[in-house]
Amino acid sequence: MKYQSQKVALAYFAVALGLFAIQVLGGLLAGWVYVSPNFLSELLPFNIIRMLHTNSLIVWLLLGFFGAAYFLIPEESEREIHSTKLAYLQLLILVVGTLGAVVTYVFDLFEGNFLLGKEGREFIEQPKWVKVGIVVAALIFLYNVSMTVLKGKKTAITNILLLGLWGLALLFLFSFYNPSNLSLDKQYWWYIVHLWVEGVWELIMASILAYLMLKLTGVDREVVEKWLYVIVAAALFSGILGTGHHYYWIGTPGYWQWIGSIFSSLEVIPFFAMMAFAFVMVWKGRRDHPNKAALLWSLGCATLAFFGAGVWGFLHTLHGVNFYTHGTQITAAHGHLAFFGAYVSLNLAIISYAMPLLRGRDPYNQVLNMASFWLMSGGMAFMTFVLTFAGTIQTHLQRVNGDYFMDVQDQLALFYWMRFGSGVAVVIGALLFIYAVAVPRREVISAGGAASAPAE
Amino acid sequence: MSAPDADLQPGSLDELPGDLMMWVLIVSELLVFGAGLAAFLGVRIADPAGFAEARTHLHPAPAGINTIILITSGFLAAKALEFGASRRTTTIRWSLVAAMGLGGVFLVIKGYEFADMVGNGITTETHPLFTFYYLLTGFHAAHVLAGIGILALVAWKNTVRNLEVGTAFWHMVDLVWVLLFPVIYLLG
Repeated sequence: MKYQSQKVALAYFAVALGLFAIQVLGGLLAGWVYVSPNFLSELLPFNIIRMLHTNSLIVWLLLGFFGAAYFLIPEESEREIHSTKLAYLQLLILVVGTLGAVVTYVFDLFEGNFLLGKEGREFIEQPKWVKVGIVVAALIFLYNVSMTVLKGKKTAITNILLLGLWGLALLFLFSFYNPSNLSLDKQYWWYIVHLWVEGVWELIMASILAYLMLKLTGVDREVVEKWLYVIVAAALFSGILGTGHHYYWIGTPGYWQWIGSIFSSLEVIPFFAMMAFAFVMVWKGRRDHPNKAALLWSLGCATLAFFGAGVWGFLHTLHGVNFYTHGTQITAAHGHLAFFGAYVSLNLAIISYAMPLLRGRDPYNQVLNMASFWLMSGGMAFMTFVLTFAGTIQTHLQRVNGDYFMDVQDQLALFYWMRFGSGVAVVIGALLFIYAVAVPRREVISAGGAASAPAE
Repeated sequence: MSAPDADLQPGSLDELPGDLMMWVLIVSELLVFGAGLAAFLGVRIADPAGFAEARTHLHPAPAGINTIILITSGFLAAKALEFGASRRTTTIRWSLVAAMGLGGVFLVIKGYEFADMVGNGITTETHPLFTFYYLLTGFHAAHVLAGIGILALVAWKNTVRNLEVGTAFWHMVDLVWVLLFPVIYLLG
């Protein structure tokens, strides 16, 4: 750690990992409801569990991105963060907002209230006061990091990262616009949901991955930057109009079926490029960085993102296929591997890299961390296969044969049991990861010692 | 591994004229228009009679004139690049202005075509042929408009590298039209 203010990242990562634990435990609970549908149905209905599972995922990923930005921007722009006070204030606002949202969901408080009640739009259910808090926190964050970068050195990595983060914050503003026409509602809703994960988040992913490659492999910055620009261009070119693959059946004009099919098919390209980038950098790199766990997560991230987001996304993106598979377990399979590969693994990679530096230790506990990688990735891959098979059967029985939804669900029970089993593996892996980065301490390195040596 | 690595990068990519990013864009565009044409031909197999009937409502004659206009415009842009090497700024600018002007004429004719089609009550929903017709030639027209803007920029900042970037884009617009024209308008 070269700059004192990088320490801010530690708090962000800690809260993020706490929410990560809650997220996977919520997922496990939801997985259990699938095999035993009446479980907790009065106390904590499935829709609330699912909401907690997805919302906590998004929030912890965002906290991870913020932490990553606070960690890498000082090093890239070669100066301290503009204001650490603001950074902690931002975290506080986000934590209060998150707790407020959770309490509102679980106890269903203030139902229907304009300001305090949950809003009921999938993924952006947050009560309006929480949304306002998110915007305020985002403004503080953007001000803070933009000031840091403006006063310091500007690199391709920070430029792309800022572009992604600004886009993320601006697109969130669509969550305040809720047209009464359901088709229009959905049209704008995807501006957030799609343009986040298949647009600006990819910029964040590419820049953080580029930073990790720069540090871990020692390849020239020029080479890294060239790849970064190509990846970002491919992501935006395919991702923006790729939004069309959500406009097949929501009442938008029919030509979206072709725009969506063609552009979203090309969304595989940036993910393939990121995977190629990561492996080529490692092959070309001459540095033997001691933090093997961070490297494993980085390569795992690029690979699983290619399969989860790229291949599993393409699987059902053509409108002729999607006509049958829409909203089946195929979607769940894609959603799980895509989020885990692209964004969970990315956060765990930067956390694995940053934690030893932030805490002044050797990159230690590597075996535990790497074991958690294989446990989580293996569990998630198995879950993806299981849900893909379930989805294929569901598509045939329900959409081709026309059987009733609930009858088909009964036939999928075996798959739901196996999904629960793979979920257990993921949860154990996640807890193991948190233990590995948080607890073991055998050797503390004094400041200014070896801690900064592995850096560029 | 060292030999192929040296070939891959930065080596051979740096030898491309203009900027690497423009070539990334050009390849992406060709993929999109290529996929669009492939989809068009795929859907056509299912309904050859319907496509043949729908095609009679298109305007191949103005589109043919537009083909000549766009190729001539591409020629002028290529001349501008040639003049660029000898740094004859005024000549560069006049050839680019002429190329842009022809691009403008293309858009006027295209606009007349669209207006006539819409006037006849033909929309994207009338028949799959028209969905593709509006999408593909509409996207292409948007690229002609963007290309005119790019040519204006490189006429202003006319280094050889910029000229290479701008004319590469313009030739891509040309190439796409030459592919769209026969497949959409002429294929019986």
